Amino acid sequence: MINKKSMKVILLKSVIHLVSLSLLVNVYYLAINDQLGADPVEAVLHFTGIGAFNLLLLSLLVTPIVKYCQWRIFMQVRRLLGLYSFTYALCHVLSFLAFEVQFDWPLFIEEIYQRPYVTIGMAAFVILLTLAVTSISAMKKQLGRKWQLLHNWVYLALLLVAIHFYWSVKSEIIEPSIYIILALGLLWFRKDKFTRWLANKHRANNH
Amino acid sequence: MSKAFRQHSSWQITENQVTDEAVYRSRRSFLKRLGFVGASGLLSPHANAIDWFTHKQTKRFQTHPLKFQASPATSESLTPEQKVLSHNNFYEFGTNKSDPSENAQQFKVKPWQLKVSGEVEQEITLDYDDLLKRFSLEERIYRLRCVEAWSMVIPWIGFPLAQLIKQAKPLAKAKYVAFETLYDPQQMPGQNSRRIGGGIDYPYVEGLRLDEAMHPLTLLSVGLYGKTLPPQNGAPIRLVVPWKYGFKSIKSIVSIRLVEKMPPTTWNLLAPNEYGFYANVNPEVDHPRWSQASERRITTGGLFARNRIETLPFNGYGEQVAELYKNMDLRQYY
Repeated sequence: MINKKSMKVILLKSVIHLVSLSLLVNVYYLAINDQLGADPVEAVLHFTGIGAFNLLLLSLLVTPIVKYCQWRIFMQVRRLLGLYSFTYALCHVLSFLAFEVQFDWPLFIEEIYQRPYVTIGMAAFVILLTLAVTSISAMKKQLGRKWQLLHNWVYLALLLVAIHFYWSVKSEIIEPSIYIILALGLLWFRKDKFTRWLANKHRANNH
Repeated sequence: MSKAFRQHSSWQITENQVTDEAVYRSRRSFLKRLGFVGASGLLSPHANAIDWFTHKQTKRFQTHPLKFQASPATSESLTPEQKVLSHNNFYEFGTNKSDPSENAQQFKVKPWQLKVSGEVEQEITLDYDDLLKRFSLEERIYRLRCVEAWSMVIPWIGFPLAQLIKQAKPLAKAKYVAFETLYDPQQMPGQNSRRIGGGIDYPYVEGLRLDEAMHPLTLLSVGLYGKTLPPQNGAPIRLVVPWKYGFKSIKSIVSIRLVEKMPPTTWNLLAPNEYGFYANVNPEVDHPRWSQASERRITTGGLFARNRIETLPFNGYGEQVAELYKNMDLRQYY
């Protein structure tokens, strides 16, 4: 018997699946058929990059929403949003490799190594990858208390993504600036967590 | 003079890029016949959707066929006209590549005044008709290399800048040429709003050394693909300097001034460590954000087009222009 609450969760999850997947399929369909403007490669990179960022912000918005609005149901989709953020980021990185540098591996490595904004983006991706892999329930159980410590790295990833975006534009800084403010806003909600963490660290150092 | 830009083996490109001439000519006449119908299809899906919902009558800018001497046969595949018209960096109309073709269609090019002044014996003012008629027009198929590491091949129509400068009779003091884009915030929303215009100080200014400006490859363009320029490509008249990064090719010019000292240039003012005055295409000198060793040629084909090619020094025009820089360290003067 499915109760009303789990019905809502299923519905919410379905919407997230539907929107995230259909947008992604749509953008690649258009790009493959050369219907996405003059430079489909750039269009795909922008779409998947911003998409990953939007989904990351949404996943981090869950906790404040649950805390202040008591909409506990959203807690059920936090992992899903995070995983879709990773999926978009994966598409972003793979599209860069396949369509921008076109499997020129030395160039790919060089770009990661030499362009600070790519380095930072890649670092954020590695964090998201780690979090995605350890998001499965078995891993969570196995990691125990370490799991939360590991997943706190998402805050660093958030900052890195924001800087990556800001740094990647030539002069049009308003949109990336708005994103930086959104990211800082979400971190502000967690200021107690950070002060507690700093206090703990301080105490640990003094002993 | 035509010798200067005849095909040289150094700018021949690889087999897979070669289009049979007959195919190329027929494709072009087909494109020409499509004319305005073709151009209206350029509206991005985004713009179409907006028009659909607002029922706004968006009248596209009207271009006109030009009389010109056709370019000698070339083996290079042209970038499709539709892509040349819809992929533009022209921040006066917005910072997205598709913004200019969406926001510039109401732009007025008539009347127009282009003034040649400064260290000259004879000041010249050209009105709109002069731009198209004072000099005989010729077609030049040039590669356009953007600092963002993409490139196109575009059939420009225009006349060498040298012809205009000669008529103005430069004085001995003239060492540089300073260019300026129209400043008209009413027509150019990017000049009115930092948000739309990417935070650049307008009007857009550019410059060349006098010998660069007098080089036979340096073109003042009034058209492309057989017709007058659309506003997103810099109507009614723009500069084309094929061995330099695209941002040197200033659009919608109202002033050409011969000057004694090196003039300021917009991108150099904005980020001097990223954009030099010379901005010669140079695979050896990277931009902090883009490797310049290779580029993506924008041609037909979607996501799977294998179009990354090596970038050549001076964008492949080294044989013609390297002489201009023979005693210069191009790492210092990037």
